[in-house]
Amino acid sequence: MATTVKTVPGEINEVDQLIEKYGFDDHFHDHHDEDKYKSNFLTTYVFSQDHKIIARQFLITGIFWAIIGAGMSIIFRLQLGFPHESMAWLKPLLGKWIQINADTGMGTLAPEFYYALVTMHGTIIVFFVLTAGLSGTFSNLLIPLQVGARDMASPMLNMLSYWFFFLASVVMFYSLFLSTGPFSGGWTAYPPLSALPQASSGSGAGMTLWVMSLVFFVVSVLLGGINYVTTVLNLRTKGMTLWRMPLTIWAFFVTAILGILSFPVLFSGFLLLTMDREMGTSFFLSEIYIGGQALENVGGSPILYQHLFWFLGHPEVYIIILPAMGLVSEVLSVHARKPIFGYKAMVYSIMAIGFLSFIVWAHHMFMSGVNPFISNFFVVFTLIIAVPSAVKVFNWITTLYRGNIRFNSAMLFAVGFISLFISGGLTGIFLGNSAIDIQMHDTYFGVAHFHIVMGIAAFFGMFAGVYHWFPKMFGRFMNETIGKIHFWGTIVGAYMIFWPMHYIGLAGVPRRYYSREGFETFRHFGDVSEFITIAAIITFFVQLLFVVNFFYSIWKGRKQTTRNPYGATTLEWTTPIIAGHGNWPGKIPTVQRWAYDYGKDGREFVPQIVPLEEGEYDGGEGEH
Amino acid sequence: MDLTVSNNRRNKIHPWIFALLAGCASILMMFASLTSAYVVRHAAGNWLEFSMPTIFFISAAVMVASSIVLHFSYISFKNGNEKMYKLLLIIGSILGVLFLVTQYMGWMDLNAMGVFLDGNPSGSFVYAISGLHAAHVLGGIATLIMALVHAFGLKFKVTDKRKTRFQLTLIYWHFVDILWIYLLCFMIFQ
Repeated sequence: MATTVKTVPGEINEVDQLIEKYGFDDHFHDHHDEDKYKSNFLTTYVFSQDHKIIARQFLITGIFWAIIGAGMSIIFRLQLGFPHESMAWLKPLLGKWIQINADTGMGTLAPEFYYALVTMHGTIIVFFVLTAGLSGTFSNLLIPLQVGARDMASPMLNMLSYWFFFLASVVMFYSLFLSTGPFSGGWTAYPPLSALPQASSGSGAGMTLWVMSLVFFVVSVLLGGINYVTTVLNLRTKGMTLWRMPLTIWAFFVTAILGILSFPVLFSGFLLLTMDREMGTSFFLSEIYIGGQALENVGGSPILYQHLFWFLGHPEVYIIILPAMGLVSEVLSVHARKPIFGYKAMVYSIMAIGFLSFIVWAHHMFMSGVNPFISNFFVVFTLIIAVPSAVKVFNWITTLYRGNIRFNSAMLFAVGFISLFISGGLTGIFLGNSAIDIQMHDTYFGVAHFHIVMGIAAFFGMFAGVYHWFPKMFGRFMNETIGKIHFWGTIVGAYMIFWPMHYIGLAGVPRRYYSREGFETFRHFGDVSEFITIAAIITFFVQLLFVVNFFYSIWKGRKQTTRNPYGATTLEWTTPIIAGHGNWPGKIPTVQRWAYDYGKDGREFVPQIVPLEEGEYDGGEGEH
Repeated sequence: MDLTVSNNRRNKIHPWIFALLAGCASILMMFASLTSAYVVRHAAGNWLEFSMPTIFFISAAVMVASSIVLHFSYISFKNGNEKMYKLLLIIGSILGVLFLVTQYMGWMDLNAMGVFLDGNPSGSFVYAISGLHAAHVLGGIATLIMALVHAFGLKFKVTDKRKTRFQLTLIYWHFVDILWIYLLCFMIFQ
């Protein structure tokens, strides 16, 4: 019996033999001629229905947006860190948004553009990078490959999912160039700033394009999510029981369910918001005076919008972090050469987090004047999320314990993820308490919390995934040395940016302010602010190393020569190095065991396609 | 191109039908959030009370009739009764369009009653909810037009693929039908 399966060209290919022997023939290739898909450039690379190409499209669009979104943060950090320095040198890039003082030649960032930058930074990173770029990329790449499917349930809808995202991107990008500027009322788009076109310069055309873009985005998420759920439930190969699925698939599956159930609620909010803007209804508007004149709107409630928004907004946090958790679990297990610790506990904690994410939304609204008795309910459930989160952290660390760890870039980012998730999660316990939140909510403490726990941590999960699965996407490896420099630069940089924010936040320094110059109390935090800005600039440039490494490696990286370079157990490493549409050239492999047989009975790893030996127990199903 | 090959013979349900049901769940969440927003806003007072125009009940009856007719059309299709299948499909589709007409008349009636789109939120909600529902029915009518094109453009043949396609149309149509009944009951009893 084969113990380990290695695939080296020229050797007898044991993987192929196993697939041939145990796999099953779905007659896919009888009526699907390979050439049919490669008929022209357009259907192969642009309007492709192949999930692997769509994954790459999501990733590259995500990287594009990440550069823009992060670049924006550098500009507003310059304003915060160096309010007295001239920004005239940015005039060629920002044009009229840099106001030059005719006497002194000093250039300052227009305050309304500062708010537009903050708004766009949030919108872009949350939706376009960490939702589409993360879940869109890896759900597409890994779901069919890891469950043993030819493609998604509906490749057509899957393709549309990307193109709706693209459309959303185009509209949002266009809004950046409006003469009145993009939307500037915060990524949460609370009314009245979002509901009244006359409220601020970005509330007019900027907001119209913002809401249009996000409606396209909702459609994209729904088309994608429906496909992911259906594929996981209906298209698994023979033997791939739910308890044999890798944790990546569990994470993507629950993420997709969250998306399907929460994004429509956001859409409802947008519908009512648009009616308020365009048709004169008063869902969210009441008794508003502009320039001493009362508006006609009566009877609306802006809090209602906040409920609708956060009913999406909170699950959205988990839509971002769960895929990262899934990727990290897989990377940790593969590179620690150990089965994931507490597999079932991991699955149940993913489910618990998914469920709890729907009943904690109002913890974002403790400052909005929510009834304190209702707040109690939300405090309790918010704090309960610490339980499944702690289970996951414990299991990741115990997976590492006494592992035969390979410290490559993917593994470093996975370990970095755990570090960030712990330090960011701990401050969540403070903010989850309404009594403390009322003090901390509008300070930099909150900014530090969510950036570490779901911003940077999710980025780390994404980086771990990109480094790990890069060979699966492009048949080449990324440069390890640059990868390691990228890791150390990013983790040190990220902590240098966000750690000091906890202190200034505890001291009460308010977030969202364009300038704190007018406040004697906060003036002596100027040097901390400078430090944060310098750290942010360095960290930003370290990310460019990743971008260069990524694109360079697509064409010039070290070639992948073996099919299963990491000695992993999951199905995606059983396809040819460059897999065509349909993934497996012959039969579909069947699954004989769970995904985490590492270091079992003296064997280094046992792929899922290797049958159980007599008397051998399957790890996922437990002992029978 | 039919790439959707179910690998698992244990599956009774076609993946596309499952995908449609997931989509329906998503649509349901959208209306659930609107109706819960309605409840929350209603509880806050300053709420104009009015009774639903009778025409909305007629539209509900039209919708149910359309659903039933289409269901029988599907059964005729399965049994190979070409004439009946086509006839019922046409009638069902006409009833579908008629539903939209009656909804429009309902909005006119509301207007005549003095319940305006930009008035008290109680009226705005009725327009928003019924309008969004009508948009979903419009999507259903688009699929019915596709079904008509298939019925009259293709040679009559009962195949698994065409059965699935018809089922998809039918499930969605039943869904928007039940949805309207729920929404109407909700707006009456709230």
